[in-house]
Amino acid sequence: MKLKDTIHRDFPKNLLIVLIILALLFISVINTGVDLMEVFRNSDQMWRFLSRFLKPDFSYFPNIIKPMIQTIKMSIYGTFLGVITGLPIAFLGSMIFTKNKTITNIAKFIMGVVRTIPSLLLAAILVAIFGIGEFTGVMTIAIFTFGMTSQLFYQAIDTIEVGAVEAQESVGANKIKVAFYAILPQIVNQIASYTLYAFEVNIRASTVLGYVGAGGIGLIMNTSLGLMRYDRVSLVILTIFVLVFIVDGLSGYLRRKLS
Amino acid sequence: MIEIKNVTKVYPNGVVGLKNLDLTINDGEFVSIIGLSGSGKSTLLRSLNRLNDISEGEIIVNGKSITKASKRELMDIRKKIGFIFQQFNLVKRMTVQKNVLSGRLGYYSTLKSILGIFSKEDYEKVNKALERVDLDDKLHSRCDELSGGQQQRVSIARTIVQEADIILADEPVASLDPVTSVRIMDDLKNLNTQLNKTVIVNIHSIELARNYSTRIIGLRAGELVFDGTPEDATDAKLTEIYGSEILKKDEEVA
Amino acid sequence: MTNKFSKTVSFIVIILVLYSVLSVDYSSLEYFTLSSFKNVLIGLSKPDWNYLYDGSGEDVFSLMILTINIAILGTFIGAFLAYPLSLVASKNLYSKLIGIPKFGKFVLNVLRAFPELIYAIIFVKVVGPGPFAGVLAIGVHHIGMMGKLFAEEMEASSDYSFEAQESVGASFWQTMFYSRIPQVMPIQASLILTHLEIAVRSAATLGLVGAGGIGAPLIFAIQARNWGKVSIILIAVILTVLIIDSISAKIRKNLQ
Repeated sequence: MKLKDTIHRDFPKNLLIVLIILALLFISVINTGVDLMEVFRNSDQMWRFLSRFLKPDFSYFPNIIKPMIQTIKMSIYGTFLGVITGLPIAFLGSMIFTKNKTITNIAKFIMGVVRTIPSLLLAAILVAIFGIGEFTGVMTIAIFTFGMTSQLFYQAIDTIEVGAVEAQESVGANKIKVAFYAILPQIVNQIASYTLYAFEVNIRASTVLGYVGAGGIGLIMNTSLGLMRYDRVSLVILTIFVLVFIVDGLSGYLRRKLS
Repeated sequence: MIEIKNVTKVYPNGVVGLKNLDLTINDGEFVSIIGLSGSGKSTLLRSLNRLNDISEGEIIVNGKSITKASKRELMDIRKKIGFIFQQFNLVKRMTVQKNVLSGRLGYYSTLKSILGIFSKEDYEKVNKALERVDLDDKLHSRCDELSGGQQQRVSIARTIVQEADIILADEPVASLDPVTSVRIMDDLKNLNTQLNKTVIVNIHSIELARNYSTRIIGLRAGELVFDGTPEDATDAKLTEIYGSEILKKDEEVA
Repeated sequence: MTNKFSKTVSFIVIILVLYSVLSVDYSSLEYFTLSSFKNVLIGLSKPDWNYLYDGSGEDVFSLMILTINIAILGTFIGAFLAYPLSLVASKNLYSKLIGIPKFGKFVLNVLRAFPELIYAIIFVKVVGPGPFAGVLAIGVHHIGMMGKLFAEEMEASSDYSFEAQESVGASFWQTMFYSRIPQVMPIQASLILTHLEIAVRSAATLGLVGAGGIGAPLIFAIQARNWGKVSIILIAVILTVLIIDSISAKIRKNLQ
């Protein structure tokens, strides 16, 4: 029986894909110098680390409450800033609001570029400019959130019913009125939902931003790691874990209520 | 032959699906099961190859108790029973060929199945079955490229390839338009008359039931309330049992 | 959503935002002067093109390739290990022993809860600084992320065609290979590509803690206030992410 008559007729094509993937992997292994045996050779290091790590230093907890609150504040503030700057750009990016192709292209370009910058790199740069501290963390989160949410808001605006907008325009409403009375009401739920999602992501992200000096609980982690106090590191991680869990739960609950 | 002995099914929430059902279906019959929604038609049909379990009683298929069968025995019994679903239940992204061929899975070891090694004879069976339902040109098409009627015919082809003795069809035409429905019922009838298979169909169209079956069984609230020939199932008799609801045409039934 | 509910929630949110805005520590702004900011901007606008490619293997181009390699390996390891784990975590594959999928999901949630950075720090301690630590960090984190999504897809896969296979007398593994896996594979492949996009971003970042790739040179450039280098690195990162994203999007379109 010929191959093409059986259920395996796609086999040559699939084989090619597998070979390409294997080639990519092979190149990557060589280039990165990955050596799996290293893991086993250094396993005693792993055990030393784990033995300290698995006994969290709960007595240290009072010291991390303040940084924890800092982290939460940073996230709230940063998300807020990011969303209120992201929303106007999203409007500018949508043809439904802005009738000007050049403006929408510029806006879309800005949205596209900001999204690609990893938050930690952003934090490192901002720390160099603005110095170590909470506010730098806020700025990082704001810019990062701006990138994340502007795209989502833009997509939400693009998928509304154009009829309501045309109706407003036909009675001579100016741009602001159109935005508030025709577009905004339709996307309010999505705005809230995406903001909550951004907040979830930011809580996670802000916990590590402190590592480069942008304030919050990451700072403690950095110093503890430097001192080899892995028991404190695990306490911090545990607290982060619980915090993320709570935020996810709350956020999930609210987002369900929204839809 | 299928023997249904004093079968009762009670759902965990207390709802009674089937109540003291006693029934025997002989080889070669074409049976239509009618009844309003919730009368237990689906429950009964699915119990016949144990897609549903029953609470009390026993079902014996071709001399073997399917109710008491072990996992292995169950798989063996199922090889000889074909099931056609209302939603076609094909794997949409797979080709027609692979879907129909999967009817033979019961005859292959797990290893061979995973590697996809099927015998030449089985590939031939697939081709013949698709010829029978007029779909041989769609051998390598993806199932989501086919219309509803065509997909249902693929399901029928699969039961042919299974070489099943008994074909169970759960509302096979409920999702199809009237013209296609007739085509599907014709195919099922051919399985019965030309290939000597026992066919049991759940159907809510009285008209189709009368036109194709040798025997009509009526259920109401899980109980047997009618068992006779299409001639016995007059409008008057059915209205007496079910009320006029039962005679409403397809489009009016929700 | 009721009006009263949304009003209370909005009120709480406003309070929280105001509190955050007012109580944040603005002291870091003391270091900020407009002129130094201007200097930074000027420096950033003159990317150091020499650093882009000089054949030394330490230039931006080679480092970005290395970064991509780290991402590919990390994603591959993650996907490879996530697959069996996701099977342990899918509810619908275990009709009676629901303890097993619950445990599986728990393990996956633990793995994804830790930011990659933490894994990177840990692995740098274990296998030393370099790309390998980055690969492991991304790999372990992605096992959690992909495992959870794979399991969710498996659970969402239609039970209908699975029943059809069951009714012809197929065994468990046969139904897996002839109904569930064909259904979820395109979606899972698409998910793997999405995570590759994320991995590229991570790989660029993790170098900050010594896990290889372009992160470490970037941090050095920042600390040295060498804004020309910073700018060229940023441009390279942005371009690479954009390219990988669009390639991935094209492939994903083909999968549908």
